[in-house]
Amino acid sequence: MSALTQDTPGAVATPADGAAGYGLARYLVVRFLLIIPTVFILVSLVFFLMRATGDPISAAFGDRLTPDQLQAKLHQAGYDRPLLTQYLDYLKSLATGDFGRTVTDNEPVTHVLGTYGAATVELACYALLVALAVGVPLGMVAATYRDRAPDAALRLFAVLTYATPVFFAGLLLKLVFAIQLGWLPASGRASTDVQLFLQNQTSTTGFYLVDAIRSGDGAAVADVLEHAVLPGVALGLLVAGILLRLVRTNLIGTLGADYVEAARSRGVAPFRLVTRHATRPALIPVVTVLGLQVAGLLGGAVLTETTFEWKGLGYELAHYLTVRDFPAVQGIVALFAVVVAVTNFLVDVVAALIDPRVRY
Amino acid sequence: MAQLLVRRPTLLPDRLRARLRTGGPVQRAMLLTGALLTVLFVLTALLGPLLAPYGYAQLQDGGRLFGSQQHPSGAHPLGTTIAGYDVLSRTVWGARTALEIILAALLLSVVPGTVLGLASGYLGGRLDRLLVGLADALYAFPPLLLAIVMSIVISGGQSSLVGGLGAAACSVAVAFVPQYFRVVRAEVTRVKAEPFVDAARVIGTGTWRIMFRHVLRNSVRTLPLIFTINASEAILTLAGLGFLGFGIEPNSASEWGYDLNRSVADVTSGLWWTAIPPGLAIVLTVLGTTLLGESLTDLADPRLRRRGGTSTKATATATDGGADDD
Repeated sequence: MSALTQDTPGAVATPADGAAGYGLARYLVVRFLLIIPTVFILVSLVFFLMRATGDPISAAFGDRLTPDQLQAKLHQAGYDRPLLTQYLDYLKSLATGDFGRTVTDNEPVTHVLGTYGAATVELACYALLVALAVGVPLGMVAATYRDRAPDAALRLFAVLTYATPVFFAGLLLKLVFAIQLGWLPASGRASTDVQLFLQNQTSTTGFYLVDAIRSGDGAAVADVLEHAVLPGVALGLLVAGILLRLVRTNLIGTLGADYVEAARSRGVAPFRLVTRHATRPALIPVVTVLGLQVAGLLGGAVLTETTFEWKGLGYELAHYLTVRDFPAVQGIVALFAVVVAVTNFLVDVVAALIDPRVRY
Repeated sequence: MAQLLVRRPTLLPDRLRARLRTGGPVQRAMLLTGALLTVLFVLTALLGPLLAPYGYAQLQDGGRLFGSQQHPSGAHPLGTTIAGYDVLSRTVWGARTALEIILAALLLSVVPGTVLGLASGYLGGRLDRLLVGLADALYAFPPLLLAIVMSIVISGGQSSLVGGLGAAACSVAVAFVPQYFRVVRAEVTRVKAEPFVDAARVIGTGTWRIMFRHVLRNSVRTLPLIFTINASEAILTLAGLGFLGFGIEPNSASEWGYDLNRSVADVTSGLWWTAIPPGLAIVLTVLGTTLLGESLTDLADPRLRRRGGTSTKATATATDGGADDD
């Protein structure tokens, strides 16, 4: 879907400079500074949108407290001050890394982010693995058999992965592999006993797979992996289709390039021609597009986590939204904004290092 | 003079139409399937009341309740949901909601995106820099997250038809206005350097007239490709919103995402008919618009144009050869 708009954001911002090294440094600094307005705009947007519906206390407790109690609570939390003051305060505390406390369970938002962030990162890693393992080889096959039956089938597959909402793919996988065939667990990150076992380890990272491997318990590792398959595949296929199409397009381009022609005329075998000569340069854009998919992956994670009751940030976001816990929602969205902005920055850095033309 | 050089935009430019003829059978099949599915979807949406056996919020017929989670039968070809709605009817009615969200999202994205891109590209200056910065900031943020926040703002998460549609349309617009903006702006900066714009300026044409008559018309040729992505994204965002429980309530309209949300428990107990019909409806609709857009993109992308031979000499001869392969 991003095939049409692949140009890198911010690439136009810097004027050309004399020495190449200086130009790169300058470009990277400017690009890095652009993260700040990006995050700032999104955080402000979410703050004002959420406040347009009222204050967090009334939203969370409005139906359970008397007007007096409500007023006292409002005053205590400072929500009766002018909106602009609150906004500036919010920005100030954000800048110092203080995301406030959740209204419903009075936990520091940073604690929520830390606890559930690991689960979301773990899910995203599985999904990326699936996407790479499925998308790149299939893209190579499609380009090799261009305009023939395998190509047609694979392109249909790629469009299907995009057209299928990730939660519907998840429900189908669940219906077939968990319910009908009974091969894999239907939901959760691990079985209850394994989850307890992992949480009682002396030092935990929050990444179940890492924790399970460190505990040295083979059964726990197997259990964690079994639970990861369906969510990982559901979310991974979403990105796999995009990679497939990208690899196919680029490979078709490099397969027609002069140096590949030259290799062909030297008698290099077709398989080697595709896998070694044409694929390497065709994979460079994959790095950047993969980075741009992080935003899509986060949106997909909210849906995937809800489908599979995978207790990560997305699942918690949906939960906090239903109970109208604004500070929690703002915190999670702000974190997502930072992640998206930083990965976009990294994408631009990689693109600039690979291709000097980007800097000017 | 200037009038002669302004090309009138058509849905399928001549170049594209010529390329369609030379395109391979795969491309033609994709285009055909996409067009077919899209037409089918639009017809279902328009003729919904005639096609659906019951209303979208109907729970009983002739004083008798449909019953909850009924197996597919003669009276209910696709069974009933846990709340006792007829699955087939709700799936058919859902097309109408999907069409509404497409139209709303397109309108809210295309118009501001194009106008801002035109102004930014043609006028330049400080406005241009500000808008480019804003577009970059909003560029990559997942629309679904904004949609959730918007749905709470617009309707407190409690969703009427207008509230749910509005939230989804606004958030899709937030994600897509920057895309239209970028494409139009890039085209405008290219077009405004063309001689016919100078010619118009020399004979004293006003800025607004040049912008909207001369520049705009020559800068929107690539937009139909984004329309299709925009449409798909609108459906998927509304469905995602519905699936998370922030969509449209069942008695305001039928919405596929909401029905899927209700079917999660059914799937766990092994019932297939409440989840598959609305899910398949989403897949087929998005598949239609995406295939349509995909094949148009293919035809417009010179790198993907069909080439028969391996050498440049063979390519020249093969271009005509590709035309008559059926």
